[in-house]
Amino acid sequence: MAVDIDRPPPLALAGRMVQSFAMRYSIGIGLIVAWQIATAHIHSIFFPTPVEILKHAIDLWLSGPAEHLFLSDAVFKDVLPSIGRLLTGWSLAVVFGTVLGVLMGRSRQLFDFADPILQFLRSLPGPALVPIFIILFGTETEMRIILIAFGTVWPVLLNTIDGVRAVDPVQIDTARSFRLPTSALIARTILPAAMPKIVAGAKISLSLAIILMVVSEFVASTNGIGYEILNAQMTLLLTDLWCGILLLALLGFCLNALFGFIEERLLYWHRGLHQRADR
Amino acid sequence: MDRSAIRSDYRRYSSRRRFAFGPVAKRCARGVAGVILFLLIAEFVTRLEIVPPIYLPRVSTVIARLDNLIFNPAFLWDIVATLYAWAIGLIFASVLGVAFGTLIGSSEIAYRMTSPVIEFLRPIPPVAVIPLGMILWGQGLSMKVILVAYATLWPILYNTIYGVHDVDPVALQTGRSFNLGSFAVWRRITLPSAAPFVFTGFRIAASMGLIVIVGTELLASAGSGIGSFILFASSNGGQMDTVLAAATIAGIIGVAVNGSLAAIEQRLFRWHYRHGD
Repeated sequence: MAVDIDRPPPLALAGRMVQSFAMRYSIGIGLIVAWQIATAHIHSIFFPTPVEILKHAIDLWLSGPAEHLFLSDAVFKDVLPSIGRLLTGWSLAVVFGTVLGVLMGRSRQLFDFADPILQFLRSLPGPALVPIFIILFGTETEMRIILIAFGTVWPVLLNTIDGVRAVDPVQIDTARSFRLPTSALIARTILPAAMPKIVAGAKISLSLAIILMVVSEFVASTNGIGYEILNAQMTLLLTDLWCGILLLALLGFCLNALFGFIEERLLYWHRGLHQRADR
Repeated sequence: MDRSAIRSDYRRYSSRRRFAFGPVAKRCARGVAGVILFLLIAEFVTRLEIVPPIYLPRVSTVIARLDNLIFNPAFLWDIVATLYAWAIGLIFASVLGVAFGTLIGSSEIAYRMTSPVIEFLRPIPPVAVIPLGMILWGQGLSMKVILVAYATLWPILYNTIYGVHDVDPVALQTGRSFNLGSFAVWRRITLPSAAPFVFTGFRIAASMGLIVIVGTELLASAGSGIGSFILFASSNGGQMDTVLAAATIAGIIGVAVNGSLAAIEQRLFRWHYRHGD
């Protein structure tokens, strides 16, 4: 009977899995336990225990009827609109940033003219613009989406410019000598070559978008995660406040993970090339 | 191929490199022209008065207000207050970020054990912590410093971990085989190869910190600072020209900080960038 010597016995395999799991999550679990013990010990209303926060979070968001997947009304009133605005604003920023970035990355003159303005607009603090955005676009959903889009377009735009400018001239010359029309040149040569940079910019923008989503909901708002957090602070509902922060952390984590998954799909060829170059 | 052809070929390709973008003077002239053009268009649009000028003042009004603000001692004092809290927060974050980042980055076990925690804490937006910060630490300097330190810790920590963790293992082994002590290995190999990453993290943190602090002052109605100045001007009869002028100054400070740090980065780590990323 042939013996498969490469494969370790199942028990050792399970042991290794437990070990790697313990290694990855022991600090996180340890911190949560320490947090629980410390907050239970000091017994302050400012610091509810993580168990209390979790229970309250379940009450807040997961107490709905079964036909709504157990999601409560608060999810439909606050959480989903927030996520919707965030994704809409961010998508607008990615589209505009990429299109303008390709234009400016292709033309030296245009870039030289626009660079100081771009640097300046990028450095404007988003919250300081809220009063102006309210006057220009009202206090409805559009204002919040435009604010998110305006605040998140810069990393995509600047990274796209950078990526387009760094495209290997030999690639462009090759495409030219095959008489590729400009549209094909952009779609087949420039965009793929600049894609790693564009994706990196979009990733930075995504975490900015969460910040701006919260900021936009702090002012003149009637729903949203940011609105609920501010409301909890004003009414001194500390557990609600902690729940809101937890939800935002979870949202950020999930969006990042989702983006990482998409990134992997979009750039698998790039990673492969790089690994080969490293060897 | 004769020499001149080689040289022109070289010039052609080198001129497409990322930072060499034609003569500096030409770039500056174009930049200034771009700014002037932008201002003229904005002036024209605001003169059309689609939105009443009380709400959206003309660019020339804002520029005149800018002139007023720069010589207004109360506003200058607000700038100082903002920059002071920003600097202290940034120092805290740098010390903590570099210390922990070096520890985590230099041990494979620590790196693997901490990465889930960092991945979870990092995306918490600093503004979400503002309401909690206000309850715990009031609206004064300490709240601002803690929030800026929290916000700026992550880029510094992350980049330090990355820089230290990704030191070329061959270089490390070479150093060891030359019988260098662990401190010498750290000083001669780890530090120089991680420093550019750490500095990039610091630069990102510095410009992010400015945005966070102005936002914090604005949202937490702190006692002093550019943000509270903007809040006061916008809630007090909606002096939009003052709001815009103050926001412009905040933006200019941001550009100046980022620009000077980027220039330092280029100069200090020229060797790093010359070999490409």
